[in-house]
Amino acid sequence: MDLAEVKRIGALARLDLGEEETAAMSDQLTRILDYVAQLEALDTTGVEPTTHPVTLGEAFRDDAVRPSLPTEAALANAPATDGASFIVPRIL
Amino acid sequence: MEYETVIGLEVHTQLKTKSKIFCGCSTTFGAPPNSHTCPVCLGMPGVLPVLNREVVTCAIKLGLATRCTVNRSSRWARKNYFYPDLPKAYQISQYEAPICEHGYVEADLESGETRRIGLTRIHMEEDAGKNVHGAADDDHSYVDLNRAGVPLLEIVSEPDIRSSEEATAYLKRLRSIVRYLGISDGNMEEGSFRCDANVSIRPMGSDTFGTRAEVKNLNSFRHVAHAIDYEARRQARLLAQGKEVVQETRLWNTAEGKTYSMRSKEEAHDYRYFPDPDLVPLEISEQWIEAVRATLPELPADKEQRFVVEYGLPPQDAATLVASHHLADYFETVAGAVKEAKRAANWVLGELLAVLNKLGISVEESPVEAAALAALIRLIEEETISGKIAKSVFEKMVATGKAPAAIVEEEGLVQVADPEALRPIIQQVFDDNPTQLAQYQAGKTKLMGFFVGQTMRATGGKANPALVNKLLREMLPEPTAPADGG
Repeated sequence: MDLAEVKRIGALARLDLGEEETAAMSDQLTRILDYVAQLEALDTTGVEPTTHPVTLGEAFRDDAVRPSLPTEAALANAPATDGASFIVPRIL
Repeated sequence: MEYETVIGLEVHTQLKTKSKIFCGCSTTFGAPPNSHTCPVCLGMPGVLPVLNREVVTCAIKLGLATRCTVNRSSRWARKNYFYPDLPKAYQISQYEAPICEHGYVEADLESGETRRIGLTRIHMEEDAGKNVHGAADDDHSYVDLNRAGVPLLEIVSEPDIRSSEEATAYLKRLRSIVRYLGISDGNMEEGSFRCDANVSIRPMGSDTFGTRAEVKNLNSFRHVAHAIDYEARRQARLLAQGKEVVQETRLWNTAEGKTYSMRSKEEAHDYRYFPDPDLVPLEISEQWIEAVRATLPELPADKEQRFVVEYGLPPQDAATLVASHHLADYFETVAGAVKEAKRAANWVLGELLAVLNKLGISVEESPVEAAALAALIRLIEEETISGKIAKSVFEKMVATGKAPAAIVEEEGLVQVADPEALRPIIQQVFDDNPTQLAQYQAGKTKLMGFFVGQTMRATGGKANPALVNKLLREMLPEPTAPADGG
């Protein structure tokens, strides 16, 4: 994975990578991808892509309301609140 | 150069389930900020979303109603992007394998023509929260996550739409369908029915697509139409100047009636969709689909067709009546209780809609119930009152809520349908208008209308018009000269 690709993915993930980190990531990610790429040696013609190891037909809940968290608890981890909303830097 | 506009619409319709799509938080609108949240919809680590069965049922309903293929197997995907109203930094949606595909909606145009608009897909997803921006001098935004996780269906049309009129007709029909199905309020102003428009232009007759712009922030049918017309003009102007249309997202500015580019340097458009490992692939049995099919109500297109055949209504009248199933039900109640369905339609589309529009209310809130309107129409049919008097009785019904018969009785409006009562009145009209009578006798037969009018006036509009005509023909002197029409 080249430096430009690492930078692009870093930007998408909101990571501010320095030159040194970018180079290190490029090296490590390339090795990880090469390792996983060994699987490409297998012939998977006619095999459905696996997204889940198990298939459960029925994994639903009924449409019933359950108690929500108290607002104080919902906001407890927020860096900034006014007691009702999460406060973030202005968006628009 | 003459251009053709090519439009595809993406509609998000909020489902009326009690609880959210992946957790048990309430979907009730208008609760205090962040009072309907839990670890799942707040995106806390280690939680597991569990699918609300009712959401799938709603999607199957809409899929069947729009003649889609309902896929027996579909998958959930993560759509990754950063925004403060999206606590997980991904939206759970469907990407490669949506629940419904390849359907269509038939929309009625003003011309009476019907256009079939293809649907590419319908998929389920979760809504994001809501950002409230502070005052101009406040450099903060305020995030309410009550809406995060409320179920949505996204309906993506084919680029089959060619004008703002077609777009509006399509949206109205689609909204009628979700309302008939009872799966969504379908309210654009309140955001339970939202629309983004992909607009491009191409030389007339061309079969390749131009570069499109996606227009957002359209929260009424009127805005959609204006934004499409504006975009088509803007793009034509660019091409005329030898410039190119840029593929981008644009925001509609209602106040200025223009679209503005949303582009910003930091915006990286790559959602990196991948299958959501927290949710198993969705398997839908044939029995489930058939059970849902059995619950489908009569849909607008079928109802419209039936109204034309069963009641002999013009297609345009039928289309207006079926736009809301409440209005259609109201009409059928009235039509079923009177002799002439056409008259029932005229009253519902004329007097009733005028009053509802004036009061700004829907038919469910009508001050005059269907049975009361039917009773009024029966008074006309039984010739107790004339159509003209009926209109003033209707106004009083709206104002007082009284039954039509009571108003007619109280106000002494019973139609004069007794020839013996009318003859002296007509004689009086003749006596009062000797000049016109002489002119009539001299051949000016079109004065018939004058005598009808005078007689109606003399009876305060209460005379039976047909009887007045009949009596006048008997009582007026035979014209001596051949009618000169003048």
